[in-house]
Amino acid sequence: MAFNGHGNDDDTTDNDETPTKQPRSSKEMSGYFRVEPNKEAAAPAGRATSDRQMPSSTARRRSDSVRKTRPPFPWFGMDIGGTLVKLVYFEPRDITAEEEQEEVENLKSIRHYLTSNTAYGTTGIRDVHLELHDLTLCGRTGNLHFIRFPTHDLPIFLQMARNKHFSSLHTTLCATGGGAYKFESDFRKMADLQLHKLDELDCLIRGMLYIDSVVSSGPSECYYFENPTDPDHCIQRPYTLENPYPLLLVNIGSGVSILAVYSENNYKRVTGTSLGGGTFLGLCCLLTGCSTFEEALEMASQGESTRVDKLVRDIYGGDYESFGNMMSKEKRESVSKEDLARATLVTITNNIGSITRMCALNENIEKVVFVGNFLRVNTLSMKLLAYAMDYWSKGQLKALFLRHEGYFGAVGALLDLLHTS
Amino acid sequence: MAECGRVDCRTSSHTMDKSITLPPDEIFRNLENAKRFAIDIGGSLTKLAYYSTVQHKVAKVRSFDHTTKAPSDKLYEISVQEEVTARLHFIKFENAYIETCLDFIRDHLVNTETKVIKATGGGAHKFKELIERKLGLKVDREDEMTCLIKGCNFVLRNIPHEAFVYAKHADPEFRFQTTHPDIFPYLLVNIGSGVSIVKVESEDKFERIGGSSIGGGTFWGLGALLTKTKRFDELLQLASKGQHTNVDMLVKDIYGGSYRSLGLTGDLIASSFGKSATADKEFSKEDMAKSLLHMISNDIGQLACLYAKLHNLSRVYFGGFFIRGHPVTMHTITYSINFFTKGEVQALFLRHEGYLGAIGAFLKGAEEDNPNQYSWGENYAGSSGLMSVSPEMNPMQRARSGTFDMLEMDRLDRQLVNLPLLQDPSSYIPDTMDLTEDALAREYWLYCFEDALDGVVKRAVASQPDMPEAAERAEKFRQKYRHKLQTLRHQPFAYGSLTVRSLLDTREHCLNEFNFPDPYSKIKQNENDIALRYYGKAVKSLEELSWEERQFALVRVELKAERPWLIDSYDQWLERLKGPPHKCALFFVDNSGVDIILGVMPFVRELLSRGTEVVLASNSGPALNDVTNGELQILTERIAAMDPVVQLLRTEIQNVDVMCLVVVILVQRKYEYNCLPLPSPSRLDKVLATVVRERQTDLVIIEGMGRAIHTNYYAMLSCESLKMAVIKNSWLADRLGGKLFSVVFKYEVPAGETSQFSAALTPS
Repeated sequence: MAFNGHGNDDDTTDNDETPTKQPRSSKEMSGYFRVEPNKEAAAPAGRATSDRQMPSSTARRRSDSVRKTRPPFPWFGMDIGGTLVKLVYFEPRDITAEEEQEEVENLKSIRHYLTSNTAYGTTGIRDVHLELHDLTLCGRTGNLHFIRFPTHDLPIFLQMARNKHFSSLHTTLCATGGGAYKFESDFRKMADLQLHKLDELDCLIRGMLYIDSVVSSGPSECYYFENPTDPDHCIQRPYTLENPYPLLLVNIGSGVSILAVYSENNYKRVTGTSLGGGTFLGLCCLLTGCSTFEEALEMASQGESTRVDKLVRDIYGGDYESFGNMMSKEKRESVSKEDLARATLVTITNNIGSITRMCALNENIEKVVFVGNFLRVNTLSMKLLAYAMDYWSKGQLKALFLRHEGYFGAVGALLDLLHTS
Repeated sequence: MAECGRVDCRTSSHTMDKSITLPPDEIFRNLENAKRFAIDIGGSLTKLAYYSTVQHKVAKVRSFDHTTKAPSDKLYEISVQEEVTARLHFIKFENAYIETCLDFIRDHLVNTETKVIKATGGGAHKFKELIERKLGLKVDREDEMTCLIKGCNFVLRNIPHEAFVYAKHADPEFRFQTTHPDIFPYLLVNIGSGVSIVKVESEDKFERIGGSSIGGGTFWGLGALLTKTKRFDELLQLASKGQHTNVDMLVKDIYGGSYRSLGLTGDLIASSFGKSATADKEFSKEDMAKSLLHMISNDIGQLACLYAKLHNLSRVYFGGFFIRGHPVTMHTITYSINFFTKGEVQALFLRHEGYLGAIGAFLKGAEEDNPNQYSWGENYAGSSGLMSVSPEMNPMQRARSGTFDMLEMDRLDRQLVNLPLLQDPSSYIPDTMDLTEDALAREYWLYCFEDALDGVVKRAVASQPDMPEAAERAEKFRQKYRHKLQTLRHQPFAYGSLTVRSLLDTREHCLNEFNFPDPYSKIKQNENDIALRYYGKAVKSLEELSWEERQFALVRVELKAERPWLIDSYDQWLERLKGPPHKCALFFVDNSGVDIILGVMPFVRELLSRGTEVVLASNSGPALNDVTNGELQILTERIAAMDPVVQLLRTEIQNVDVMCLVVVILVQRKYEYNCLPLPSPSRLDKVLATVVRERQTDLVIIEGMGRAIHTNYYAMLSCESLKMAVIKNSWLADRLGGKLFSVVFKYEVPAGETSQFSAALTPS
């Protein structure tokens, strides 16, 4: 599968670096989501003009074949998971005045709404720091935005799509993840939208390879931890994912899927485990009364798992029994919520690490890429995984991470839209 | 890792209100001869092991010296002698009783030279001081994993139906495995507080290849936090009532249905506890406990499968307190293994899993006695057997768990191996019917044995006319055996697969327990004496017959019925006899009296006169009216003395270093009954196996209902075989499609045998 890739058409090289626009780190974004007033209240109803793109002056200079296969705006890719909906949106930045005049009102309104806000409703978030600038897709140049909201708020999203007359744009909505199947009829009934459903693992791999190939400036997409077994000297370092195959791709969402990838189109799902991000959050909610991933992580970062786990040697490497100390009444009473959150995080992470390591051995693969939203702002887990891979394999296995960790499925879905249209 | 500490165990009212419900002397048996102790103290249970010697009465036969003494009308005399054999005792009880038990042991220990007690288990440290003070023995700690593996090897090698697969919805839930003669390599997954995954390659070579922190302790600890339920058993109870789908996020919760392209069904768990992360509501204790149980079992199962795959192992045994007899965990682990390996690997559990550490610690201390050079057999009379794990099935269970569980193993004098002539030792199942699985057959045979009990008691008393307390002992025997039968009715799986053979074994063990070594000895003696008087006459009349008439008459004497028989390959047999003689025939004989003397011996005589050597095999110990080793030896000597055909051969063989004329090699397993012919692939006397090989045995004859029908009916041998029996039981006859006194005459040639006679032998 080939994509038009990032812009090296000689006519689209206005790669203006905009460092001032670089978003702030997501680490400051933890905590509660801001409440933004709904702006979409009354979108103009009816009168959907033809959505056919009039050739713009920029586009006119491009080859006809690209133009013919190019789908109408807006360009979305969606990944509806068990916990989160991930949405990538391509914002064209090369719109000519002529084109802008032709642009229908609700298309403009969607673009404006998405790009001028960083939070949507009470729970939607745009990960500004992940935004990719001056990307060329299908001959158009623009920015790629990364947005997420909880799957249980999907009805709100659908309501908004209805209010904004999204369906009048006649766009194909490419969606992957289980929710593309589960909510297909809701999209149709509530928002009059027809989903183009895509396999989540296909999308995941395609999206990952694409993002890794287009990120050339700014922080490296792929990175690893140097000195993972030495907590004092464990440093994040960029990594170039050249000749990536074979690689073990571990996607940690609500649950975990482990794939052995031999080429872009040749992969297999080796196994999976139900002990994933959903388990961490679910148990934390039950044990500590917290309600968000960020809250749970925050607590975990302050806790001490050794008060909860039955430690025989060392939290790393040695034998220990997760929650083993909690068999004792006194110890149950003395433990803090933070300790419980920490123990849960460490237990789930180490378990994923050990299953991954076994798969790597069974499949004879040395490169492991961890992705998925469980790793979002979760340096603790990443370092634990890096440690586990390195320690247990005596340095044979390398744990790699990607900045856009949770969005590859959605990116893959977007690529499908551009490719198949 | 054995059981982890149940911290509140000793103060809990649950354990305190219990008292020892069995008289201790019925638990700590033979303490007066005890030596070499070992103890394994887990978080809630203590397992004590010791070695003792047991004095039994055994029936011996001795030939009268016919030359010097006045002629007697008896061929031999019977005497009852004392014999000392070795026995291993293992007792399991709650830690709450440890002090009482140590006191009892101290008070009853006589004359022991023991200075040291081997100890293992997490609690060994905690109770070290107490043990040393109470018993005056030095506590010598042994590594837990080493003990566990040693114990595991020991039970796998010595107890035929040790391992089983668990199927929740099957009746019964246990399916016992025939132990492969070679038990290595295997994977042992020990689920204590944490999980240890150990690869065992040989007796002394094992390696902990992996583990996990998510184990029994996680279930217990996290379960206690989530449900406020403190006891492990109660957590399991909660789990068994819960619905995990209320807490877990399933594939269908994400997909709306299945994830077809990956073949993941909608009911699979996508994310354990995933619903508690998104739904803002209360979750029931039961549901959370169930979800937790699934999470942990699946995780352990998955890791076990990954390790099994990496190391290319197909036998995976599970143990540890997380498993120990709990149907809920056996079920979820089994489910997980089936899911992850698609049936390629079976989750195996062990009947004596709880004893492994104690057995191993004991063996460590007994290395100088080298228990591994012997074979050991479970003594059914002294062992509790596997209790039902589902409280619904057996209401006694809960009460029982608060008392004592015992395992006794008796030493067999020689090593037992498999008969080299078995076609496929690993698939050989001695028993024709598995009463564990066949409820109708079970009902019938349990009834039969109960019905016959009065007769056995009467005969037992009659066999010891000089002993006035015999009646009292016989009554005790009756009670014990009846109790065993009742237990087996409720839990047919108590000692592995229930078979007619195991019912007989149990009876012999119980008889022996009460010093009735051979209730049939007098009857057998009489019958032998009478039959012997007719031997010469019988041989003479046979010799008067034509060759073909004689061949039939020889068989007819055995089978006593007109043809056609129920199973009838006599024509093929006759054709074969027209060909060259066999090199050597191995003949497993059955009853004494007419059967052996006028049936088997003339048949043997005919084989001998054809130039075939004959090896006779009989039981070493008494079982019903079967001819025993000792009796057979005297009988054959006597016959050889009066029959020139047998005499002649005797002279020939005398140069060979074997026991006597028609080689009477006996299986040395005491009290073993009918199974002896080919009891189980690993249960045949090594000497016999050697003789079979040396003499190039090319014919195996199995005679009698016990040997040819109850057992070995389907046994496939690598040489020619002849199975002869009269079905003296109408129920069994019915089962096999015949009538009472139907005859089985089954002559078989192994498939692919390219003898010049094989053409004639294919069934028409």
